[in-house]
Amino acid sequence: MSVLAQIFRPGMRHALPILVFLLGGFAAPLLAVIAFSFVPSRTFSLWSDWSFDNYVEIFNSSSYITFVWSLGLAAATVAILAVICYPVAFGLTRVFGRYATLITLLFTLPLFVSENVRLYGWILIFIKNGVLLGTLKSLFGWEPESIVFTHGLTLMGMVYVYLPFMLFPTTLGVSMVPQQTRDAAFDLGASRWQVFREIDLPLAMPGIVIGFLLTFVLAVGAIAEAKVLGGQQIIPITHDIEIAFTYAQNWPLGAALSVLLMLVVGTLVLIVLRRFDLDAILGRR
Amino acid sequence: MNSSADRMRRALIWAWTAAVIVFMYLPALGLVLASSTSSRYFIFPITKWGFDWWQKTFASLEIHQLFRTSLLIAACVTVIAVVIALFGALAFARYDWKGRSIYQKIVLLPIFFPQSVLGLALLLWFNALGFTMSWQTAVFAHLVWIIPVCTLVISIQVYSFDPALEEAAFDLGATKWQVFREVTLPVLFPGIFSGALFAFLLSWGNFPLSLYTTGADTTLPEYLYAKMIAGYTPGVPVLGTVSTLGAAVLLLLGYFIIVVLRRRRSAGSDEAA
Repeated sequence: MSVLAQIFRPGMRHALPILVFLLGGFAAPLLAVIAFSFVPSRTFSLWSDWSFDNYVEIFNSSSYITFVWSLGLAAATVAILAVICYPVAFGLTRVFGRYATLITLLFTLPLFVSENVRLYGWILIFIKNGVLLGTLKSLFGWEPESIVFTHGLTLMGMVYVYLPFMLFPTTLGVSMVPQQTRDAAFDLGASRWQVFREIDLPLAMPGIVIGFLLTFVLAVGAIAEAKVLGGQQIIPITHDIEIAFTYAQNWPLGAALSVLLMLVVGTLVLIVLRRFDLDAILGRR
Repeated sequence: MNSSADRMRRALIWAWTAAVIVFMYLPALGLVLASSTSSRYFIFPITKWGFDWWQKTFASLEIHQLFRTSLLIAACVTVIAVVIALFGALAFARYDWKGRSIYQKIVLLPIFFPQSVLGLALLLWFNALGFTMSWQTAVFAHLVWIIPVCTLVISIQVYSFDPALEEAAFDLGATKWQVFREVTLPVLFPGIFSGALFAFLLSWGNFPLSLYTTGADTTLPEYLYAKMIAGYTPGVPVLGTVSTLGAAVLLLLGYFIIVVLRRRRSAGSDEAA
C-alpha cells in the first residue's frame, strides 16, 4: 500500500514514463554492453563462458595510445573553449542587451546541422584550391601547403563542434552572478581583476564546471572530427570501438573498450553532478 | 569607473563575439560557395557559377527517399519526445517530491554520454532482443538522447510556472483534465513549442545515433557522410546548404512564433488588468 501511495504521488507519477523509458533505452543497453564485454572474442551470444579475456587483450595491445589521444584532445578542447566562451558568455549576460537573444539563436543554429556536414564545410575552406588557398593563389600568387588532414585541424574541428556545449552552460553560470554584488565590490574599491577572480569566477563556477564536463564527455566520444578533418592522422578511441563492432566483427572486444570509456566518463559525471543543485542553476530559485 | 575604458572593454567583447560568430559560420560559407558552381570539381575562385547541381540533386529519387525517411523519423521523435518530456519536466521542476534530486540527475545522464558509444550500445541491445534495425529502431535511439534534452528545455519554462494558477482553477470547480487543458498547457506552451523545435531539429541533424541504428534505411546525414568519405560529389555541398538553410528558417520561424505568443499574452493580461 505504501509503495502504491508513493507511486501515485504527482511527482513520481509524472516522472514514471521517462524513468521507464530510460530503463529500457539507456540502462539496459549499457548493461548489455557490460555483459557482452565478458563473453569470448568474436561471439554474438551472451550465453557462453564469461571471462576477463577481452580486457586482458586490451591491456596487452596498443589501445592505450588511442585512449590517450582521445582524453588529451578532449582536455585541450575544453581548455581552449573555456577561454573562447567566457567573454562571449559575459557579453550575452551584461553587454549585448536586447541583441542577446538573436546572438544566442546564431549560436544555437549550428547544433541542428549534422556535425559531419559542418566539418565538411571546413574541408572546402582549407583544401587545396578551396576558398582560402584559392583566394590566396589568385590574389597574391601564394600557394602555401594545405592544412587539411593534420592534428591541428582535428583539434580545431572539435573546438568548433563543441563550442555551443561550452557556451550555454557558461552563460547560465555567468547570469547567476548578481550585478549588485559586483557593484558593491567596485564601490568598495576592488579592481577589475579582483572582481573577476573573487566574484565573477567563483559565483559562475557551477555553470562553467557543467560546461567543462559536458564538453569533455562529448569530446571524448568524438569520432567525426578525426575522420573528416584529420584524415586518420589521429585515431581516437571511438574509432577503435567502431572498428571492433564493424569491420573486425568482434563485438565483445568493442564492448570491453566501451566499458573502459564508460568508466572514465561515468566517474567524472557522477563526481561532478553529485555536487550540484540543478534547481539553483536552471531555475534560479 | 573609467567610462572610456569601459566602452573599450565593451567594444572588445563585441569584436570577440563577432569573430566567434564568423568562425561558427565559415564552414557554411564553404558549403554555399561549393554548391553554386556548375563544374564537377570545386575550384576557387569559381569560374562557372550556376545551380545545375541543385537541379540534379533535387531531381534524384534517391534524395526524395532520404528526405522522407529523415522527416518520418524526426516527426515521430518530436511527437513522442514532447509528450514524455512534458510530464518529465513537471516532475523535474513543478512538483516537490522525495527523490526529485536523484531523478533530475538520472534524466541528465544520457546527455552526458558520448553519442557514438550510445549508438553502438543500442545496436547491441536491439540485436540481443532480436530486433531488425530500421527507421523505427532509429526513432527509439534518437529518443534516448532527445527526451532528456527536451525535458530540460521544457523544465526551464516550468520553473517560472506559478502552481497557484492551477489551484485557483481547482477552487473554481474545474476538473483535472480542464485544469490541464485550460491552464497548465497554455501557460507552458512556449516551453513545449521550443522543446518540439529542439526535438525535431536535433533528430533531423543527428548522425552518430542514426549511423548504427537505422539498418537498411538511410537518413540524410548518413548519406552525406557516405558520399563525403567516397570522394567529392557536388551533391554534398548542395544538401549541406539545404539542411543549414532549412534549420535556419525553422528556427527563425519558431522564434518569431514564440515572440508573437508572448506579446499577445502580455497584451491579454494588460486588458484583464
